[in-house]
Amino acid sequence: MNPFAYHRARDEQDATATAADDGTSFVAGATNLVDLMKLGVKTPGRLVDITRIEGLDRIERTDDGGLRIGTLVTNSDLAADPVVRRDYPVLSRAILAGASGQLRNKATTGGNLLQHPRCPYFQDLAMPCNMREPGSGCAAQGGPMRLHAILGTSAACIAAHPGDMGVAMGVLDAAVETARPGQEGRSLSLEELYRLPGERPDIRTVLEPGEMIRAVVLPPPPGGTHVYRKVRDRASYAFALVSTAVVLRLEDGYIQAGRIALGGVAPRPWRNPHAEEAMTGEPPSEALFDRVANILLAEAVDRSALGRDGAPGFKIDLARRTIRAALWQAVERSEGGAGKTAGEAA
Amino acid sequence: MNRHHKMDSADRQNRLDGMAQGLIGTDVPRPDGMAKATGTATYAAEERREGMLHGVLVRATVPGGRVADVDTDALAKALGDDVTVITDARLLQVPAQGTDGKAPPQGPDLVHYVGQPLALVVAPSFEVARHGARLLGIRYEGGEEGHFDPEDDATPTELRDKKTVDIGDLDAAMAKAAHSVDAVWRTPGHVSAAMEPHAAVAWWEGEHLTVRSALQMLKFNRDELADALGIPAENVRLLAPFVGGGFGSKLGISHEAVGAAIAARQLGRPVRVVLSRQQVFEAVMRRSETRQHLRLCADEEGRLTGIGHDCLVSNLPGQDFAEPVIQGSRFAYAAPNRHLSLRLARVNRTCAGSVRAPGEAVGLTALENAMDELAEAIGIDPVELRLRNVPEEDPTDGKPFSSMMMAEVLREGARRFDWQRRNPIPALRREGDPRREWLRGMGMSLLVRGNILDEAEARVRLLPAEDGAPVRAEVETDMTDIGTGSYAVLSQIAAEMLGLPMERVTTRLGDSALPPSPGSGGSWGAGSSGSSVYLACLELRTRLARALGCDEGELTLRDGQATGGNHSRPLAELLDGGTIEAVGHIEPGKTAKERRQATYGAQFAEVEVSRHTGEVRVRRMLGVFAAGRILNSRTARSQCLGGMTFGIGMALSEELEHDPRDGHLVNRDFAGYHIPVNADVPQLEVHLMEERDPWANPMQSKGIGELGICGAAAAITNAIHNATGARVRDYPATPDRVLAAMAVAN
Ligand SMILES: Cc1cc2nc3c(=O)[nH]c(=O)nc-3n(C[C@H](O)[C@H](O)[C@H](O)COP(=O)(O)OP(=O)(O)OC[C@H]3O[C@@H](n4cnc5c(N)ncnc54)[C@H](O)[C@@H]3O)c2cc1C
Ligand code: SF4
Repeated sequence: MNPFAYHRARDEQDATATAADDGTSFVAGATNLVDLMKLGVKTPGRLVDITRIEGLDRIERTDDGGLRIGTLVTNSDLAADPVVRRDYPVLSRAILAGASGQLRNKATTGGNLLQHPRCPYFQDLAMPCNMREPGSGCAAQGGPMRLHAILGTSAACIAAHPGDMGVAMGVLDAAVETARPGQEGRSLSLEELYRLPGERPDIRTVLEPGEMIRAVVLPPPPGGTHVYRKVRDRASYAFALVSTAVVLRLEDGYIQAGRIALGGVAPRPWRNPHAEEAMTGEPPSEALFDRVANILLAEAVDRSALGRDGAPGFKIDLARRTIRAALWQAVERSEGGAGKTAGEAA
Repeated sequence: MNRHHKMDSADRQNRLDGMAQGLIGTDVPRPDGMAKATGTATYAAEERREGMLHGVLVRATVPGGRVADVDTDALAKALGDDVTVITDARLLQVPAQGTDGKAPPQGPDLVHYVGQPLALVVAPSFEVARHGARLLGIRYEGGEEGHFDPEDDATPTELRDKKTVDIGDLDAAMAKAAHSVDAVWRTPGHVSAAMEPHAAVAWWEGEHLTVRSALQMLKFNRDELADALGIPAENVRLLAPFVGGGFGSKLGISHEAVGAAIAARQLGRPVRVVLSRQQVFEAVMRRSETRQHLRLCADEEGRLTGIGHDCLVSNLPGQDFAEPVIQGSRFAYAAPNRHLSLRLARVNRTCAGSVRAPGEAVGLTALENAMDELAEAIGIDPVELRLRNVPEEDPTDGKPFSSMMMAEVLREGARRFDWQRRNPIPALRREGDPRREWLRGMGMSLLVRGNILDEAEARVRLLPAEDGAPVRAEVETDMTDIGTGSYAVLSQIAAEMLGLPMERVTTRLGDSALPPSPGSGGSWGAGSSGSSVYLACLELRTRLARALGCDEGELTLRDGQATGGNHSRPLAELLDGGTIEAVGHIEPGKTAKERRQATYGAQFAEVEVSRHTGEVRVRRMLGVFAAGRILNSRTARSQCLGGMTFGIGMALSEELEHDPRDGHLVNRDFAGYHIPVNADVPQLEVHLMEERDPWANPMQSKGIGELGICGAAAAITNAIHNATGARVRDYPATPDRVLAAMAVAN
């Protein structure tokens, strides 16, 4: 790998000030960034290690009854937290559906949100990739790509946000709290945090130079039944082809409130308020869930020139089916059924 | 001194059954197990030598043409002259194929595929070498020509006509058959995915080269390396005492050993070259993808009247290896009409070669899917269909079978799995409620794999008591243990034959200075090298009997005590302070030609399939195997478990993906190439049947290393059909493919 300097940040101020320089990257659990450095995909001249900063590894109650998750809380700790498991089970399940035990022990909250897409062309220096090298082209669109997005893409890039944790945070209306060099930090919804690729897929978020994620804040528990359904090419330790986080409140056979977020299909966790409104006050049915899927996927395009077997487009259908399966699973569990969840095993 | 035996006739003496130590066949643990579990067994990449340098290979980024220029300016500017770039004409284009015994194509200036190593960058540390490898500027010229899709009409292909089997008239049989199946299956490329990446550490002492490496067949590898370097084979010594998995990927000498040897010579220091995981994917052999056209026809009673198996596989231009897909179809089932053919497409993808059970692994899989479809068409039970078609002799060349347990494994498997519970109507057609998401199904398949004996030598030594300790034995051969249990099995054979407890036998392997064996591959390892150990022990027994004053046949050796002819004395006394040793030498003979030798298995799987998402979960799996005498039930079982797990991967998730524009391998790591993980593998049950094959070798054992994978995937895809009615004919059965097949079926 390229030679680089290493700086262990004392506190947030030190971290943000140092990281504001060109060619500098934050590093936390290092499970994603260092992999990319070994491949030569990322070549930062300096790393700012934030893992020794005090106080960022806590999970605390907020005044309004929500939860504040420090960026250094590991995925393992977050998934195992008793409050998370009780009040935000979809988050715990989503995390456990991702990566492996060893990776989750190292992976951090902020690092997980900001992990890079798992596009094989992004990872191969010999291939043109607009995210790695703006203007070079997008090789993924002519090759066998399964981890691509079908929503929010552009002609320049079809890579999907690969994470699971963020999809659950998306459905929980989480906000990201940042620290900035020389000024107050800010609070961003996930929709605000992630940019869609447009012409510049290399700029993945709105974070400014030196701006650091300090914490993720969850609003008070939404109640209801929580489901995380992840469909992938093997039972565990694979990224999502499609994933779905659902929070559903069912009373007397009617959906009082339903939320749904999609993963693996867009450059960020994907929600659509219209799809959720369509569920309110309705009894669950195949037709209703088809309508929800239709709204969510109305704009979906599969730009991977060839899926398997030369036939594009397995993903839109699979997304539709995963939405349906997850919603039925939530209904069944709300009604007290077991709602078997093979897709949830870590 | 030596005991030589050529396998010219059946050996029905079953001598091993008459031994007294009681070890053979039992589940003796591996003597090397503790060292491996505690990390004290070191692998090639862990070898450390004084002054050692590190080399990193540089890959081609285009699929053809010629290297016009290697620009080292950027590298020299960044890293100075600590770094050496090696573009020696002896660097390999591809690794050697198994048992080649000579150098594979060399010359890194000619490019054939993306990922081909073109140069070696050597530096004082691995990190610097890797950085340097990235800074090397390679300019190419030419190379616009190239073929990347084996099925493209423009891709050149050649019929391997020596493989063609044409008996009777299959077309006519198909035309008038009561029932038939005629369809095309596809399996994608696979990689061995051995846990240990390829690695070599090379050092020279004068004209003598030593290489510590990850290799399966030292006898052949030594010749390959010497030939590649242009030096006498006597000057080469290879060491591979521990190898972290092979599955065919380490059969032949590869880039890292040749590169390390050249660099070490040029720089006068030991050099280590370790392939990254991505390089292992790109630069080492893949199993070819296959296109398999199967035609089966049968009469009203389900007796096969014809078998057609016409296949297309691929390899690089100039490579002779063609995945022998039709091998098992020669003899798996009786049928009067048979047409088998193999066609090789020339594509610029990575080199194709042997991956665990070349041929049957993928060939039996498609055949067994076709048999399942035929059973459905006829309306009889799939096990019953197979039982009605057990061949009485090899149906292609008329040879009698040496021993054959096909019917037995099928019946035993069906009984143990409770196969009779299976409802032949797919669950999806029975179960209308969309809320019952997970549909259950059962499937089965037959497994066959040919058996091979190869020439092998081993030395066995009996050493006298030291300080009153009992006699001990040493076994020596250049055989490798690639995780299979060679250390355990060879020690066990010697212990049984010489009447010693396991802990009194030490086995030394993986050193080309030891007596030559055919190594680990083709499932012949334990049978071949085991037979040579057996023969050496027979010779020692003869000498001990003489010393005791009886015939060898009367001699009983047990716990260090020799008994026979009314005498009983401790071995230590018979040795009288001396050491005796013998070399055993087994050679294949007429039995290989006179008999069809094969191993059999039957696998049964129960799966659940999500009707919504097409996800498949294997819930349980049983394999029943017959492979002659089982030498060690623990290591044999492990091989079967591994084969079944490979089968799960082949069925559900493993697939090499090539870019259609330049053939490059897109998924080059374990995040992208999905071997099964724990959650994919349910409780697996293995049952080994008693069998003796007198034609196979003097131990009556047959190879078991590859049997478990030969057709295993079909049990799972057949179970998917029983759950959903869907026939997935394009492997692997990922959710999208299962959904597509379900849409076709229902
Ligand atoms: C084989 C494999 C399989 C995986 N499977 C899954 C999966 O199924 N699902 C899933 O969700 N994930 C999966 N992952 C990804 C894993 O979850 C991420 O690598 C991990 O969450 C990243 O966290 P980290 O702390 O190690 O990040 P790092 O590697 O330290 O950093 C990642 C990025 O975030 C930036 N960063 C980190 N912290 C901050 C901060 N506080 N503020 C600003 N920037 C920051 C870094 O600069 C870097 O760009 C997998 C990874 C591997 C290697
Ligand atoms: S999809 Fe995006 S990340 Fe992948 S090659 Fe195209 S531009 Fe690069």
